[in-house]
Amino acid sequence: MVEHLQADGEEPCVTLDAFLEQSNATAVRLESDEDARALIPYLDRLKLIEVAFPKFRDGRGYSSARILREAGYTGELRAQGDVLVDQIGYMKRCGFDSFAPEKDLNPADVEAALSRWPEHYQAAADGAVPIWKLRHG
Amino acid sequence: MYKYDEYDQQMVDARVAEFADQVKRRLAGEITEDQFKPLRLMNGLYLQLHAYMLRVAVPYGTLDGRQMRMLAHIARKYDRDYGHFTTRQNIQYNWIKLEDAPAILADLASVEMHAIQTSGNCIRNISSDQWAGAAADELTDPRPWAELLRQWSSFHPEFSYLPRKFKIAVIAAEEDRAAMRLHDIGIQIVEKDGVHGAAFYVGGGMGRTPMIAPLIKDFVPLDDLLSYTEACLRVYNRYGRRDNIYKARIKILIHELGADEYRRQVEEEFAHVKSLGIDPPKAEYDRIAAQFAMPSLDLSASDEIDRTDPDFAVWVDQNVAAHKVPGHAIVNISLKPLGGIPGDASSAQIDLMADLAEKFSHDELRVTHAQNIVLPHVRKADLFAIWQALDAADLATPNLDLISDIIACPGLDYCSLANARSIPVAQKIAQRFSDPARQRDLGELKLKISGCINACGHHHAGHIGILGVDRKGTENYQLLLGGSGAEDVSLGTITGPGFDEDGIVDAIERVTDKYLAERTDGERFVDTYRRVGMAPFKEAIYG
Repeated sequence: MVEHLQADGEEPCVTLDAFLEQSNATAVRLESDEDARALIPYLDRLKLIEVAFPKFRDGRGYSSARILREAGYTGELRAQGDVLVDQIGYMKRCGFDSFAPEKDLNPADVEAALSRWPEHYQAAADGAVPIWKLRHG
Repeated sequence: MYKYDEYDQQMVDARVAEFADQVKRRLAGEITEDQFKPLRLMNGLYLQLHAYMLRVAVPYGTLDGRQMRMLAHIARKYDRDYGHFTTRQNIQYNWIKLEDAPAILADLASVEMHAIQTSGNCIRNISSDQWAGAAADELTDPRPWAELLRQWSSFHPEFSYLPRKFKIAVIAAEEDRAAMRLHDIGIQIVEKDGVHGAAFYVGGGMGRTPMIAPLIKDFVPLDDLLSYTEACLRVYNRYGRRDNIYKARIKILIHELGADEYRRQVEEEFAHVKSLGIDPPKAEYDRIAAQFAMPSLDLSASDEIDRTDPDFAVWVDQNVAAHKVPGHAIVNISLKPLGGIPGDASSAQIDLMADLAEKFSHDELRVTHAQNIVLPHVRKADLFAIWQALDAADLATPNLDLISDIIACPGLDYCSLANARSIPVAQKIAQRFSDPARQRDLGELKLKISGCINACGHHHAGHIGILGVDRKGTENYQLLLGGSGAEDVSLGTITGPGFDEDGIVDAIERVTDKYLAERTDGERFVDTYRRVGMAPFKEAIYG
C-alpha cells in the first residue's frame, strides 16, 4: 500500500485500490486516470479526497472534482501535484477547496488569481451564479 | 449582431488585466518561457519562426465595421500593415512584439473583441455558416446557438485543459458551408415535426488522421443543447488519450471506442448532467436571438441588376449569392487576387471593406472558412457601386469557389511546424490558371494546400488537395483528389508519388485536362472524379 504523508496529525491518504479493499480509511488519493465515481458509495465517510495533477496539462482532475461535488461530497477536496497559480481559479470552480502544489505559490498571486473574475459564464461546482441567471434574475 | 452587455465586457476586461500581468511577470523574468507558454497560448499568442503571431477571435465569423476597422488599426500600428484571415474565421497577425500584446488586447476589448481561447487545449472559437442570417436556404440563424456556446465555453473551468484542442461548428442549412462534419463537434440545427433541434456529429477532424464525424444524436432538443455538449466534452476530458499528442483528439477516442459506445457513455453522462441545471432558460436564447434579428431591409428594393458592364456581370455571376429577402444579395469578397497570398488583406483593404459594410451591408461583415470576406445584406441596386470600390482596391477578383480561390496555410514562410511552403505553390497554381475564362470553364473546384500533415490548409477536404512534406531535406508535394468539406463530405485520396514545386503545378494541369475530357454536361470536377474513379486521373498524371 502506498501512503502519501500529509501535514502533521492528518490521516495519510490511501490509494483508491487500497480504499476499496479496506474502506475504513477516511482519506483517499485519486490518480488522474482513476474513476472518481468508484468513490460515490462512500462519500459520507470520507473527510479528504486528494486528486493528483501529475502535469498541469492533465485536466482529468477537473472532471473528477466536479463529479465528486455533483454527487454530494462535502469533505475536503485537495488538488495535489503540478498545481500552478494560473490553474487555481479553475480548480476552485470545479470544487477544490485545498491545494498542495509541488512548488510553492506566491500568496499574493494566488489571491489575485482567485479574485480576478467577478462573475462566470457557466455554472460549475462552486455555487457561483452563472451570468445568464444574473441577467434574468 | 450580438452586442456585449456589462457582463461580457467585464469578462474581456478582466482577461486583458490578467494577461498584462502575465506578460509583465514574463518580461521581468519571474516566470520561464515554459511556464508562460500555456498562458500566452490561451490568449492566442504563438511563437513562430520569425516573431510572435497573435490570433484574434472573430466569433462565428461575424463582425461590424467598427471591429473591422480595429483589425486594420492593429495591422497598421503593431504589424506590417496587413493581417491574415484564417480557415477558422479568425485573423492572425504575423509580426507581433510580446511587449505590444497587452495593448493590442486592450484595443480589441474596446470594440468587444478578444483573443480568448484561440489556441491551447481548450474549446476554440465557435465557427458557423458565413451566410448565416442571410442565406436563402437556411432553416434559422445558427448564430444565437453559436453565441450561447461561446459564452458557455469561455473560461470553462472543467474544459480548459483538455487532451487536445477542441473545435465546434454550428450550421442550420442543408448546404454545409462550414465544413461542419470535419469538426470535433458539428451541430446542425434541424427540424422534426415542426420543431427545431440539434443533430450532433462528433469526432470529425483533419490533421494527420482525418475523419468524418459520425452522427451521435439525430435530434437533441434545443433546451438540452449545452447539457448535451457538456456531456460530450466530459466523456472526452476523462477518457481522451493523453499519452500521445497525435492521438489525443476526440476523433481518436471515438474511433477506438466506436460511435455506439461513445454515444452510450454520452447518454449516461447527459442523464446526470441534465439534472445540474446548466442550460440557460429560453429567455436567454431570446435575448441573444433578438440581437441577430434581420436588419430592416428595404422590402421595395428592385430585384433587377444592370449587367451592362461585362466585367461587373462576370463578378455578379461568380461572387454574388442569393439572399433570403428579394431585392438583396450576399456579396463574397475574394481575398485571392492573382499573385496574392490567400487570406491576406492590407490595412487599407480592411478599412475599405469596413466602409462598404457600413454604407451598404447594414454594418455587417463575415469571415469565411475559405479565407474570404462577406457583405451579407446588400441591395442589388448597390452591387455596381460596391464592385467599383472593390475593383479599385484589388478586391473584385471573380473567382469564388474556382480553382484560384485557394485555401492555403501560412506554411514554411511563417509557421514553425511546417515542412514545406504553401504560399508560393498557391501563387504558381493561380498563375498557371490565370485566364478567368479557363477558370470558369473548369467550374467549382476547391483547391486546398497544407504545408504539413497538421492540415491547417484543409487539404483532405479539397476537391484537389496538396500536402507539402519534407523529403530528405527538400520540399515535396503530394496530390490528393476527391475530398470535400461540404454536405457531400469526403476525404481525398493520394494519387501516388509526390512532386517538386513546379511538378505539382504540371500535375494539377494534367488532372484538370483529364476532367475536361471526361466530364459530362454540368458535372463538377469532384462529381467526375467520383464517377470515373482515380485510375484515369492516375494515368493522366503519371503516364
